[in-house]
Amino acid sequence: MSSSPSKMEQYWKKNLQTLAILLFIWFIVSFGCGILWVEELNTIRIGGFKLGFWFAQQGAIYAFLVLIFVYVVRMNKLDKKFNVNED
Amino acid sequence: MDLLSWTYLLVGLSFTLYLGIAIWSRAGSTQEFYVAGGGVSPLANGLATAADWMSAASFMSMAGIISFSGYDGSVYLMGWTGGYVLLALLLAPYLRKFGKFTVPDFVGDRYYSNKARVVAVICALFISFTYVAGQMRGVGIVFSRYLELPIEWGVVIGMAIVFFYAVLGGMKGITYTQVAQYCVLIFAYMVPAIFISMQLTGNPIPQLGLGGDVAGGVPLLDKLDGVLGDLGFADYTSGTKSIPDLFMITLALMVGTAGLPHVIVRFFTVPKVKDARLSAGYALAFIAILYTTAPAIAAFGMYNIIESTSEKPIDQLPEWVQNWQQTKLIQIEDKNGDGLVQYLPDPATNELRIDKDIMVLAGPEIAQLPDWVVGLVAAGAMAAALSTAAGLLLVISTSISRDLFKTFRPDISDKKELRIARLSAAGAVILAGYFGINPPGFVAEVVAFAFGLAASSFFPVILLGIFSTRINKEGAIAGMLTGLVFTISYISYFKFVYPELNTAEHWWWGISPEGIGSLGMALNFLVCFGVSWLTPAPPSHVQQLIQDIRIPKGAGKASNH
Repeated sequence: MSSSPSKMEQYWKKNLQTLAILLFIWFIVSFGCGILWVEELNTIRIGGFKLGFWFAQQGAIYAFLVLIFVYVVRMNKLDKKFNVNED
Repeated sequence: MDLLSWTYLLVGLSFTLYLGIAIWSRAGSTQEFYVAGGGVSPLANGLATAADWMSAASFMSMAGIISFSGYDGSVYLMGWTGGYVLLALLLAPYLRKFGKFTVPDFVGDRYYSNKARVVAVICALFISFTYVAGQMRGVGIVFSRYLELPIEWGVVIGMAIVFFYAVLGGMKGITYTQVAQYCVLIFAYMVPAIFISMQLTGNPIPQLGLGGDVAGGVPLLDKLDGVLGDLGFADYTSGTKSIPDLFMITLALMVGTAGLPHVIVRFFTVPKVKDARLSAGYALAFIAILYTTAPAIAAFGMYNIIESTSEKPIDQLPEWVQNWQQTKLIQIEDKNGDGLVQYLPDPATNELRIDKDIMVLAGPEIAQLPDWVVGLVAAGAMAAALSTAAGLLLVISTSISRDLFKTFRPDISDKKELRIARLSAAGAVILAGYFGINPPGFVAEVVAFAFGLAASSFFPVILLGIFSTRINKEGAIAGMLTGLVFTISYISYFKFVYPELNTAEHWWWGISPEGIGSLGMALNFLVCFGVSWLTPAPPSHVQQLIQDIRIPKGAGKASNH
């Protein structure tokens, strides 16, 4: 392996930070907005939707999608920065 | 051309396409059979994963389940999509870097133990068999409804098709037929949805139509809340399940999704680690198209059914209601003899019984679309069932030929291994077909089983295998067995042994059997940590393996090394 151990540790730490942030949002949009706070959010309306219901049946899924693509972009950058990318 | 001819034509064309692809993409080596040669593009893998994932139940039943459970149905929407975030962030890239063919491969190598490998194989076989029986049944049901054939014939024809391309093409054949099957199924799902959305709300995008206004300028969802409330049902937009139960079911479905072997194995087929990440994103995008449309179909369907039947004279119902009465998917019985239909929550006075599948199956007729759309929906339902069945059958055959045979007879040649893989695929197709024709009484309950077991057995040990260097084989085996035994016991107790006790007051902490996989997972984690702590750390070559899978650099194609 070309990279030094300390550099590898840094890469792994950055990776874990990214995961922590993204999974925190993952939890908030689904378990938070879709289940725990659904009644409070349902008092807010967006068009014909109650907001809590919208999160549970639509919003959470869109958020998941954004999360994965943010992860893809961020990890590709991180791989390049630490020179562990594949090409 | 009449409806039946259109259906035969479209289903026949789609089958010809699948067979053509199968002949074009025959597998010549075990590498091609197990992981399609490791050269699938991220886009194609995303499409194939989406088709693999979306089963007959997603296509035909999910919208109906949401129709009848309203907000409570959200657990399936969030659970079966949120798992892809876990898969993309926590598992897929690392398992791809690991670079072998199966989940038991990883468990066996990471935990340096053939015992751990065998436990993983048993989990994989159990999960896949419970799941595949339902798919074969699904193929039979579609045949019997649309082509007016007996269910048994439908299962046999479905078996023959899957047999052909799974046995011949292995993962390579399956991957490219799944790409075609995704296109068929999503087109078939969206066409009626778009037209119904336009008719009801004037908005051609169903996801927006769900929040649109119906006749009279009232928002659709408010109208549903009102109408259902007047009839004595719970509000559509607020559920009846408790918050802890919603929470645990959603978690079990998410984690179970990430732990299903036939989904994980799809990420072994792409050339690079970054392709594994990207194709998880594509997969979720393609899945989300259907999963965000389903709640719209659910609400449109419920609205249409109530508007066209409730308090209406029985002899003046719309034609589509009369048509589907013949298949018994809609049943009307005038119990109080007033000549009107009453749709009520109390089964004693309710006069209208609707099968959940009607929301999707009757879509084209409700929207008054031409006959060929009905044929298209039949082909779509078939594509959904066949693609999932094929993916599961591959996991079964790989488990037998590679994880069991090759592990204990490492000296067999590639050619011989390929022959064993084909033979076990053939055996699995026949067994699955048998269960499709003679479904065990518990087919409806197996979803809870498959997801609960994936959540409580695989997910924790794979996750810890990547993110911890301290977890050892003793911990992993003890953890998997604890999760597995606990979850099987809890589900069996309430589903098979004492089904009459299956109510909220008897459940532990209000957690239903559908959600118990979450608790099984937590137990697995605890036991895994505890036992590992008391026993020696993994040897240095395993430490090295963990460091290696954590960085993308140096990922070759999946191989036999």
